[in-house]
Amino acid sequence: MADLLANIDFLQEGPFSVPRWEALFANIGQLWQGALVTVLVASLGLALALALGTVLGVMSSSQWRIPRGFARGYVEFFQNTPLLIQVFMLYNAIPMLVPGLFIPVIAIGILGVGMYHGAYMAEVVRAGIQSIGHGQLEAALSQGFSYVGAMRYIIIPQAMRIVLPPLTNQAVSLIKNTSVLAIIAGGDLMYAGDSFAGRYGHYGPTYIVVGLLYFLMCFPLARLTRRLESRTRAN
Amino acid sequence: MNTFMDSPVMVMLSDPVLYLGLGQGLLLTLQIAGISIALSFVIGTVLGAMRYSGLPVISHVAATYIEVVRNLPQLLLILVSYFVLGLPAMWAAVIGLTIYTAAIIAEVIRGGLNSVMTGQWEAARSQGFSYLQAMRYIVLPPAVVKMIPPIVSQFVTVIKDSSFAMAIGAYELMFKGTILAAKYWKPEQIITIYLAISLIYFAINFTISQIARRMQTKWSAGRGTIGS
Repeated sequence: MADLLANIDFLQEGPFSVPRWEALFANIGQLWQGALVTVLVASLGLALALALGTVLGVMSSSQWRIPRGFARGYVEFFQNTPLLIQVFMLYNAIPMLVPGLFIPVIAIGILGVGMYHGAYMAEVVRAGIQSIGHGQLEAALSQGFSYVGAMRYIIIPQAMRIVLPPLTNQAVSLIKNTSVLAIIAGGDLMYAGDSFAGRYGHYGPTYIVVGLLYFLMCFPLARLTRRLESRTRAN
Repeated sequence: MNTFMDSPVMVMLSDPVLYLGLGQGLLLTLQIAGISIALSFVIGTVLGAMRYSGLPVISHVAATYIEVVRNLPQLLLILVSYFVLGLPAMWAAVIGLTIYTAAIIAEVIRGGLNSVMTGQWEAARSQGFSYLQAMRYIVLPPAVVKMIPPIVSQFVTVIKDSSFAMAIGAYELMFKGTILAAKYWKPEQIITIYLAISLIYFAINFTISQIARRMQTKWSAGRGTIGS
């Protein structure tokens, strides 16, 4: 059997050969570590994006001009420029503005994906709030709710049902986009995979495993999105 | 004497090399994005129609492709095209972007077609419309209006994500800018370059988004929302 396998060229040479797979699994720890960094960056980035998205979404649907203008400007800038350049700006600008301040690359990744997807989430939240209709806000205000109180108890709970599917969809994009960290040596899954693959040329097996790991992180959320979508539609 | 024109940023901004470099980069960015958009639109339409068709094998193939690709990072697909498929940098970027974008567009197209209620189909067929006529006159008009905003916003995403091609050394705008930033190494020069690149991306993408918004309001005006 071993002889037979040794004589099959495809298994012994080429981009997907057995020795390459063996080398990958001997060093699989590197990929686990990278995956851990990706999970960390994605979860903290998601928290930041949700917070920013909620605040900016409420701001851009408010009646006051200055917060609305600020939120519009933020959203347009972050949605219309590449994430990569925002990350590079953070990477270069922070040490320049605050000399001597050392920020780990992982923090730059969290800030980068958080701010970028925060802009998208703000649009989702704004659309959700606007779908509720002005009458409800007026009714709440006339009943003595403050603006914040009306948002908190009347508008946001209703809007939640509408915004949840697109928000989980954004979470999937956010996980995928943490891979830009690889370009600034952020130690994430993509970086771990790419540097291992590059060192020995084992691109084929490495990318398959890296892809599988990303898929395993994203697919459950994508399924959840679909389920939430059909629930919203049913209502 | 240190005048304004001698400041590092002004020295850099008066150097034609900067504009030449960024111009070349922009050209390649537009090429990569343009070809990817055209290819993904065609492939995405076919995939979307395949999945919408509900035919046993055909729709499963399309569904599997879409579900797998949608859950992979764009950057990974570009790296695979370059290192595993062995394509030259520009084409690796094009293929990587296309593999991903086609799947997204397919979903948009299927969603648009699905948004037209089956009742409308049945009504059209019962009135003697052929399949193609029903598609052309009844289903597509409201569906297309629904598809335009997400498809155009996906094109904006393609232009932005073409910057990932710097990871494989394609000399597009982002990579050109980074090379120039290394040439002018002073922090304020680097920031200025990145700001300039952001502005270029912003100008292109903001224009496209605005046109899409205009188109959507114009096309959907006067159309009822019945059945949508």
